[in-house]
Amino acid sequence: MLLIHCPYCDETLPEAEFAYAGEAHIARPADPSALTDEEWRDFLFIRTNARGPHYERWRHIHGCGRFFNACRDTVSDRFLMTYKAGEERPAHATLEAAE
Amino acid sequence: MSRYRIPGMGRVDPARTVRFTFDGRSYTGLRGDTVASALLAHGVHLMGRSFKYHRPRGPVTAGSEEPNALIGTSRGPGRFEPNTRATVQELREGLVAESQNKWPSLKFDIGAVNDRAYMLFSAGFYYKTFMWPRSFWDRVYEPFIRAAAGLGKSPTEADPDSYASRNLHTDVLVIGGGAAGLQAALVAAKSGARVVLVDENPEMGGSLLSDPSVRIDGQGAWAWLADRVAQLRAAGVTLMTRTTAIGYYHQNFVGLVERVADHLDRPPQGAPRERMWHVRARQVVLAQGALEKPLVFDGNDRPGVMLAGAAQTYLNRYGVKVGDIAAVVTSHDSAWYAAFDLADAGARVAAIADTRDRVRQDLVDAARRRGIEVLAGHTATATSGRLRVRSVRVNPVRDGKVGPGREIACDVLLICGGWTPSLHLFSHTKGSLAWDADNRTFLPDRTTEACQIAGAGRGLWGYGPVLEDGMRAGLAAAEALGRTGTPAGAGVEGDRPGTGVTQKELPTDRSAGKAKAFVDYQNDVTAKDIRLAVREGMRSIEHVKRYTTNGMATDQGKMSNINGLMIAADALAKEPPQVGLTTFRPPYTPTSFGAFVGYHKGATFELTRRTPIDPWAEAQGAAFEPVSLWRRAWYFPRAGEDMHAAVARECRMTRASAGMFDASTLGKIEVAGPDATEFMNRMYTNPWTKLAPGRCRYGLLLGEDGFIRDDGVIGRLAQDLFHVTTTTGGAARVLNMMEDYLQTEWPDLDVWLTSTTEQWATVAVNGPNARKVLAPLVEGQDLSDEAFPHMSVAQCTVAGFPARLFRISFTGELGFEINVPARHGLALWTAIHAAGQPYDICPYGTETMHVLRAEKGYIIVGQDTDGTVTPQDAGLDWAIGKAKKDFVGKRSLQRPDIVAPNRKQLVGLLTEDGTRLQEGAQIVLDPNQTLPMTMAGHVTSSYDSVALGRPIAMAVIAGGHGRMGETVHIPMPNGTVRATITSTNFYDPAGERLKA
Ligand SMILES: [Zn+2]
Repeated sequence: MLLIHCPYCDETLPEAEFAYAGEAHIARPADPSALTDEEWRDFLFIRTNARGPHYERWRHIHGCGRFFNACRDTVSDRFLMTYKAGEERPAHATLEAAE
Repeated sequence: MSRYRIPGMGRVDPARTVRFTFDGRSYTGLRGDTVASALLAHGVHLMGRSFKYHRPRGPVTAGSEEPNALIGTSRGPGRFEPNTRATVQELREGLVAESQNKWPSLKFDIGAVNDRAYMLFSAGFYYKTFMWPRSFWDRVYEPFIRAAAGLGKSPTEADPDSYASRNLHTDVLVIGGGAAGLQAALVAAKSGARVVLVDENPEMGGSLLSDPSVRIDGQGAWAWLADRVAQLRAAGVTLMTRTTAIGYYHQNFVGLVERVADHLDRPPQGAPRERMWHVRARQVVLAQGALEKPLVFDGNDRPGVMLAGAAQTYLNRYGVKVGDIAAVVTSHDSAWYAAFDLADAGARVAAIADTRDRVRQDLVDAARRRGIEVLAGHTATATSGRLRVRSVRVNPVRDGKVGPGREIACDVLLICGGWTPSLHLFSHTKGSLAWDADNRTFLPDRTTEACQIAGAGRGLWGYGPVLEDGMRAGLAAAEALGRTGTPAGAGVEGDRPGTGVTQKELPTDRSAGKAKAFVDYQNDVTAKDIRLAVREGMRSIEHVKRYTTNGMATDQGKMSNINGLMIAADALAKEPPQVGLTTFRPPYTPTSFGAFVGYHKGATFELTRRTPIDPWAEAQGAAFEPVSLWRRAWYFPRAGEDMHAAVARECRMTRASAGMFDASTLGKIEVAGPDATEFMNRMYTNPWTKLAPGRCRYGLLLGEDGFIRDDGVIGRLAQDLFHVTTTTGGAARVLNMMEDYLQTEWPDLDVWLTSTTEQWATVAVNGPNARKVLAPLVEGQDLSDEAFPHMSVAQCTVAGFPARLFRISFTGELGFEINVPARHGLALWTAIHAAGQPYDICPYGTETMHVLRAEKGYIIVGQDTDGTVTPQDAGLDWAIGKAKKDFVGKRSLQRPDIVAPNRKQLVGLLTEDGTRLQEGAQIVLDPNQTLPMTMAGHVTSSYDSVALGRPIAMAVIAGGHGRMGETVHIPMPNGTVRATITSTNFYDPAGERLKA
């Protein structure tokens, strides 16, 4: 049972309150019709599958209900940080400081 | 007094006798005994048979790592437990225990023939023996393996016990109540931290209970222990005994299982049998000590052969002498002290054979003083005795050469191959291990969690260093919490320091190929098996483990992993770290399913959602079916009706006059706000801009991949307010998806989403007389077709309750759906039921709903679609707002694989001979093709249709829309069924009845 920090509630809470929501920073294209089949395929299906820090989305579904972003190390399963949806992807330097 | 009990020794209570039975025979023990110590007090060593060779076995340990003495215990019906370790199970009055893996009796076992077929059962025998022919699997191999794989019989009755579950938060969790743990807990507690100390034994003390000769702070070991425990209590430490830390997870989350009732003569009414603790600790101190290793040589498994430390425990803690004449074979100093304790208590110790050429002189002197023969530089090469060891054969080893053997008579053989730190919990956290080349052992290295490791668990030996280290760990934990601890030293006199060497299998003068030198007692893995695995190409210890099953039994290799690794490393001519150590996984010891299940069983396994109308259905004797978490009325049988008859009647009455249906489980989402229309346009395939308030529309929701996710009728109540309905199972998913887009893709839209599923109760009234039934109950809305045509919605009053009234139909008949606040749902239902009596109104359930909708070809998402069905596939192109520039999933409808020909498309099927097809049945185009056939699709829905007087079905078939009228074939076990592809709209295709 991981503990996850919700950046909206500003509380560290049990994993059971949260739901995973896939890789982060994959914005829906503003005009999907302008994309080639290959570009659209990449948007739909191609994911980083990182070994190490992975930017991903979580939802505090049994709490405030907000979606937010996290960086989690897929090797150690450790959350390096969480941040609000719409915020910039933090640089690795920031993550190391947070660690 | 039993023969081997020594008066005045041990921590058992000589005044309190406890009676129990073992294999049907009555015995007495003392309060404080385990089953093993009580049987040993009677001279009983034979407690079980091994798993593969059915070799006679006795306890080799005195603790939770026991591989041999596994018993079944019983406390009445449903309370049988297999594979209980006799070395852990405390005696209780009337305990019924039995041995395992024996037939017909423990002393004479027919399965022991496996022992003589030893060559057949060597490493990898499962892989080699049970390969071919394939047909032998069902009739020969599997029954054989199942019969041979004893390991206890599982109980057949439901478990009547309850199991509790608790959360616990603490500053410091100390695991292990031995010398190190006691010190760590006290120092941490005195710094002001909240401390919990747990130990798997019935009392704190660890090795102090087994080896009490040392004096600490001027007191005897047990007096010091009692004083320390009192101090811990005074300092507010929570002491938990009979509590095993089974797993160590992320962020200092530790699972504990507390055994609450198994040791009690009569557990209090309602007491849980076990309690699972979910602990979150800011600091963890691992003080679990070390585990003694056996020596590996031929015949090291006979009853009476046991670890020296175990014999010492039975003596000092239980007052039980494990035999009259002991012999010792060791590679570590600790066994010498065990021998001294035994000799001092009146047993004869014939000899101590040590594999080392040089042993500390003080030990040698102390042995000779006691009349014990000292044999340094010796190996053990055999034992004798069938059901109990009678002698051990020892040989001198000089310059690597094994000299002539010599038999030493004994009735108990104490062995010790040194000690290995208990690394299990530390390894659960993926903490890294370091190879200590000097001591040839693995030690905990880099921690990944906020944890300290203290004492023998990190390779220390002797009470002085261990107490000191416990104090250090307590101080470190306190400091990590920002507290200041005070050192609390402990002065030790008469310490028993010790060192040893790590061995592979012992050298022998006999054929190593014939030696039964056991590494893993429980799985009957020998040194020869491990060498064979290496010869046959296994290079990694993980492969050796799986090939030989070494370390894969219920003891998880606590005794065998390191010995197995030493032998494999030797066979590979590598250093052990290069061969690797297998992964330790939770739980630390076997854990009951009940402890994991806790309260989640029976009625509290999963919640059951019930509608406000559910009590009425129950009172009417409805049959129910689960639909996601809901309990829904399935059908309403009248006297003498089976399901088929009830559903046929419900269908007939609804189409003939009127039926009513509890649709409250439909998901409902309120979409409100100035940008609600824009949001709906982006989410759903349909256009919403021109839908006027007071009108509704069938809405289709796709995933971004273009596949159907959900559907439902959506009513527009106002310019900025939509009443969205979803499928019963899809409500939460759809709301989550909407929230996702709203929060993360379109945060600029001014929209609010609210789940209202449980706020509204919904009653559907369908049938040609639906309007006549309803009209007298409705105020504030003219129900005529002109004023309130099909696909209308209004806010009005129904039966006196505020209502959202829809004119919609999921049956093809004139239909209405009335939503009222949930608290009025039952009153609305009974009012409609009363008003419908003149029209013979018929309450119907989900089965009739399914039949009636199928007759119209209305799909059910998740039944007629499976996550790979597009709107075109389902014949729902008409629901797509083609003029819309974008909506979720639109771009995907142009993907190459989705516009490709011959996709599976939804069609109707009518069988030629009137057979009802089975849902899920596969469809082929050519019944005469060779096997395996090319499948063209499958049946998604199939019912007997009263309205059509024949069965109907829906199916997805490759290119189905272009195959109207063609014949397809459905191969079934009793013959192939022919069917014709049709439209899915079987009944009233022009839709006249909707407009009534
Ligand atoms: Zn939150």
